[in-house]
Amino acid sequence: MEQKKETLLEIHDLTISFRMYDRLLEQRDLRVISDLHLTVRPGEVAAIAGSSGSGKSLLASAILGILPENAVVGGHLHYKGQELTPQLQARLRGSEIALVPQSVAFLDPLMKVGAQVDGHRRPRPVRRREELFRRLGLPEGTEDLYPFQLSGGMARRVLVSTALLSNAQLIIADEPTPGMGLEQALEALQMFRELADEGRAVVLITHDIDLAVAFADRVSVFYAGTTVETAPAADFRAGALRHPYSRALWRALPQNGFQPIGGFQPYAGDLPRGCLFAPRCPLAEEACRRRTPPVREVRGGEVRCFYGS
Amino acid sequence: MGRALGRLARRFFSYSVRIVTLLLAVSVISFALVTVSPIDPVQQYILGLGTAVSPEQRAEIEDYWGVDQPPAKRYLSWLGELLHGNLGQSALYRRPVADVIAERFVNSLALMLCAWVLAGVIGFALGCVMGVCHGRWPDRLLKGLCYLLSSVPTFWLGLVLLLVFAVALGWFPVGFSSPIGVRGEDVSLWQRLYHLALPALTLSLMSFASIALHTRQKLIGVLSSEYVLFARARGEGAWTILRRHGLRSILLPALTLQFASFAELFGGSVLAENVFSYPGLGSAVAAAGLNSDVPLLLGITLFSALFVCVGNLIANLLYGVVDPRIGTVEP
Repeated sequence: MEQKKETLLEIHDLTISFRMYDRLLEQRDLRVISDLHLTVRPGEVAAIAGSSGSGKSLLASAILGILPENAVVGGHLHYKGQELTPQLQARLRGSEIALVPQSVAFLDPLMKVGAQVDGHRRPRPVRRREELFRRLGLPEGTEDLYPFQLSGGMARRVLVSTALLSNAQLIIADEPTPGMGLEQALEALQMFRELADEGRAVVLITHDIDLAVAFADRVSVFYAGTTVETAPAADFRAGALRHPYSRALWRALPQNGFQPIGGFQPYAGDLPRGCLFAPRCPLAEEACRRRTPPVREVRGGEVRCFYGS
Repeated sequence: MGRALGRLARRFFSYSVRIVTLLLAVSVISFALVTVSPIDPVQQYILGLGTAVSPEQRAEIEDYWGVDQPPAKRYLSWLGELLHGNLGQSALYRRPVADVIAERFVNSLALMLCAWVLAGVIGFALGCVMGVCHGRWPDRLLKGLCYLLSSVPTFWLGLVLLLVFAVALGWFPVGFSSPIGVRGEDVSLWQRLYHLALPALTLSLMSFASIALHTRQKLIGVLSSEYVLFARARGEGAWTILRRHGLRSILLPALTLQFASFAELFGGSVLAENVFSYPGLGSAVAAAGLNSDVPLLLGITLFSALFVCVGNLIANLLYGVVDPRIGTVEP
């Protein structure tokens, strides 16, 4: 209980499944996130890194309580020590917890940028928005443009400004860098770094492990719907990782040896029993295939492996 | 603003050119169809006179009308008269075709306008309800109703309404646009609306289904879009989302669709007016067809083509005005 007070967001054993209907109305649950752990403290950037299309974005929707209706959520989510109930989520989203979406497609194409950033709350925070646009270096007159008229970099800053205007304590950035040049990506991540340095907490959901390690305090490695390891960013650079998958992922990067491993991530409808990585793991033994390893604390990080060290 | 108006004017001009060429094509085709049809306009004209005509007189009429001339020449002389505003004489009503069309069109316009507004309002509202309740019982029920109504023929629906509300319940008159035995200038607005109600209802019941289904589909698309997800993430409630993002994106497509539906409206009015003996353009075209009144038939054909074109023109212009992504991109 003591720990929950100093953390801003704490997620334990989060499981998300979708209720699907097969032919003949046979119901089955498709598990996309299983037993996920995540802790976020004020003043830090916590990154979640994993390959594209592995369900990371659903994590943001789960925290905000905006999952599709056929989603079933299990596990515990706490915000400032309080259980995140749907009522609390409804109160917090847009005010305490803000989402920075990944692209301009998340803006209403028929609404001018200014009205859109101001949001639905009245009175419109016009003065603060103008000041914010100046601070973010958005040119005069941006508020009268439609989303399709924004350049990539402008769109990024407009999306970030929606989160800043809300004074949110927790900012969830979902894949903020795809489609950007390196310079733009660095600029965007620098923005999130500054937000965290001002005392907010940022959850950075990304597939770019390199950038995550460069800007985040801690990086959680996401595999087949769960976090296999959470490590301080420095451990990646020092080569002191705990989980065989994170080590393999790091070594697969071009600048770190470019060594791929065989196999591929299991599909959500076809998850193996026991450890999700066991079928591809060089260290796997009989126990790994029988039961899911618990989360263990190792050298200031967390790892979900019987052998991680 | 000035540039926007200029753009609008240019677009208006280019559409107008298209409408004129289309009308020319319609006139050529309909004239050709009448020429190859077995109808003998001279015979119909003489029948309409109601008196016996000697072969010499008949030959005189044929000569005056230029029956012996080649079709192209006849077409050109007809077109020339048309351009001077002379649509000819209706054999059925013994009056200039232009007068008949003008008088009948006023009646039809009242009918179509009522039906059009009614269908638009009902269709849009039901579409919104279906879109918001997507997949739940109100959606399924209304969707079934829409499919049912759009597959029912107009005249059948008109007959059913007539049987139920006019004959069995006696709430509405059985036909015509005014009470029998009352002079035209004595008919009150209320009486006109009273006679209008059933045909307008029939016509609107026929056409609201398409607007409702289109609105539903569009709203479902909007509500499952990424920008609505983001709006929810920012704390907007269901009603706020519908008002801020939903209506904005679906109202104007619905409106343009409404204007583009003039053709169905006109087609429906032909049937509805005949069922209800309503003296509009629709019943006139049926009468002209059945009585081989060639000048009136050609006149109404051209006029209805123009009517539909104007509807489409408005729809096209509206789209450009409404969607900023279309308006600012120069062709």
